[in-house]
Amino acid sequence: MEDTRVALVVLIPLLGSIVSYALGRAAPKVAGALATAAVATAFYFVVSLWQALEGGQSFTFTLSSWLSFADVRLPLELYFDKLSAVMCLVVTGVGSLIHLYSIGYMAEDESRPRFFSYLNLFIASMLILVLGKSLPVIFIGWEGVGLCSYLLIGFWYTNPDFASAGRKAFVMNRIGDLGFLVAMAILYHSCGSLDITVLNRPEVLARVPSEMGLIAGIALFLAATGKSAQLPLFTWLPDAMAGPTPVSALIHAATMVTAGIYLMARMFGVIELDPLVPAIILWTAFATSAIAALIAISQNDIKKVLAYSTVSQLGFMFLAVGVGAYSVALFHVVTHAFFKACLFMSAGSVIHGCHHEQDMRRMGGLARSMPLTCLSYGAATLAIAGIAPFAGYFSKHAILESLAHAHNPYLHGYSELIGLGATAIAICTAFYMTRSFILTFLGSYRGEGHPHEAPMVMTAPVLVLAALSVVGGVVLHHGFFTYLQGPLPPVAEHSGGGIVGYVLGSLPGLLGIAAAYALFVIAPAVKDQIRNALWVGEKLSSRKFYLDEVLGLLVIAPIRGLSGVVSRVLDQSVSIGTGNAIGGISRAVGELTCRVTTGQVSTYVLWMFASAALLLYCFLPVR
Amino acid sequence: MDPISSYLGISCLLFTIGGIGLCLRRNAIVLFMCVEMMLNAVNLAFVAFSKIHGNLDGQVAVFFVMVIAAAESAIGLAIILSVFRSVASIETTDAAELKW
Repeated sequence: MEDTRVALVVLIPLLGSIVSYALGRAAPKVAGALATAAVATAFYFVVSLWQALEGGQSFTFTLSSWLSFADVRLPLELYFDKLSAVMCLVVTGVGSLIHLYSIGYMAEDESRPRFFSYLNLFIASMLILVLGKSLPVIFIGWEGVGLCSYLLIGFWYTNPDFASAGRKAFVMNRIGDLGFLVAMAILYHSCGSLDITVLNRPEVLARVPSEMGLIAGIALFLAATGKSAQLPLFTWLPDAMAGPTPVSALIHAATMVTAGIYLMARMFGVIELDPLVPAIILWTAFATSAIAALIAISQNDIKKVLAYSTVSQLGFMFLAVGVGAYSVALFHVVTHAFFKACLFMSAGSVIHGCHHEQDMRRMGGLARSMPLTCLSYGAATLAIAGIAPFAGYFSKHAILESLAHAHNPYLHGYSELIGLGATAIAICTAFYMTRSFILTFLGSYRGEGHPHEAPMVMTAPVLVLAALSVVGGVVLHHGFFTYLQGPLPPVAEHSGGGIVGYVLGSLPGLLGIAAAYALFVIAPAVKDQIRNALWVGEKLSSRKFYLDEVLGLLVIAPIRGLSGVVSRVLDQSVSIGTGNAIGGISRAVGELTCRVTTGQVSTYVLWMFASAALLLYCFLPVR
Repeated sequence: MDPISSYLGISCLLFTIGGIGLCLRRNAIVLFMCVEMMLNAVNLAFVAFSKIHGNLDGQVAVFFVMVIAAAESAIGLAIILSVFRSVASIETTDAAELKW
């Protein structure tokens, strides 16, 4: 069904991006309000579309015919179904709250118009990504969010470290994009279409040859690892914390990084073509989640802890993807968007209140000076730790439960291991999140100056998200999976398991919290002993398992070496030699022929007469 | 030789003189006159042919040639003038900056 509102959802933030920049330059104060209004309007249209969506219906809108040559048709089409609805609601809903928060956070920054313009452009790109009806349209949004991420990480570009963090994110995303392009090429070649509604039909996918299906699945997953920060491409996400905190909340926690999950869910038919692909996804997700959780334990920068926890939680979502429980992954996307945006924005308020201090070792005792922020951070911590009845409990528990139902020939005998590992990661998550809470909000203040609570425009959106982190799971877990059953394969409805189930399911989280409380509040001396005993582990964790160094050795060094060889051998001898030879020939010819131009009119006249005579001789019919 | 053919002969003669002058002389004004002479030789031939064929086509063409010649002399004199301004001479050998 055609519906103009689908187009409005995308176009309003896009327009907002231009207008807030143009008008914002004249009056910086209006930029934030305009940008927020644009996203809120988009949210309104998304809600009205979502309300109008019934059964297996979907809304479409054709913006233009875009590319059309020979028998190739690539219309710029948008598509709104239940899966897009969930993503759009999160993007615009959480997005508007973060825009509102940014008005307060960026109040003293001089380039606010640019900031809000980028934020709106990001929302527009993200909406194109989740609303695109064909892979190329999704790819536009995919590249758009990558671009905005780059622009916003390097927002304070006068600091070279920040600028290079932006570049790192961009380059790593490009590696993933290569996978996207390869997958598109394979699918178009075998299926003759890139329309997602066509591609997900089993009879169309049956046309993909089996080895091509394997490559397409791996390529799609590579694309997702780039965007969603999975091994080996995750090191850009922690560095992305160089951007302003609302950006971290919006892009690097709540929305853009879930694009990979969305792509997996949208193209689940392709990744299930070969059972090896889900197995690869599962193992990668498990490794990423574990490594990121271990790194998070030793981080001292409050935003870095949250960044690694994001990577770890994204790993959890991919675990669900790997066992085919796409709607469970989506559920975790939604609850994660609530509590992680809340955590990041609380951290932003803390940083704002502590005069741009990010090191938790110089915080502490903030519960007294920032009670509202402490409350939200606490609620979100309980949510991410997976304590019933907070939001994270339901999604995390559903993931752990779905791991038990894995049917993959490549995982035979390993699924229990992965289930146990995931539970350990959940304990770890609760541990490091509680650690960050204790270091930040409990004890006594270790920094300088007087921390102060953030203004209302910042605390209000944070409190809304905190409320969502508390009740989001309870409200949504009934019927979320059945709601998504049209576009996604069905999963077993998650029960929650009654009071006993709640207590048992919260055990890993409670264990982590108790451990952190014991080590950081009751007996700090034991903590130091443990740290000394595990110095190797501590070293590995605080140096991020030397991943940047390993990547540097395995990827960057060979590429450097190769480019050195290419530049010496190919460039210096072959290309320059060929170029010189061609140049030499033309120069010699030129030296010979330039003698014709004597500069004497009489010579030219003679040439003219001679040529005229020749022409007459050749072409005059009478001889 | 019949009278009309002699007109063609004179036309040929004038054209050749103009062409040779164009090749041999260096003074731009003289070159200019040579070109005019060649144009007029052609005009003469046109009129002669017009008489031979008994229609006015050739004479109409003459008018065109005259108009073009007027335009050409306006432009040509302007060029000579600006050449003189820059090299202080109207000898074509002096204005040979762009040769190899």
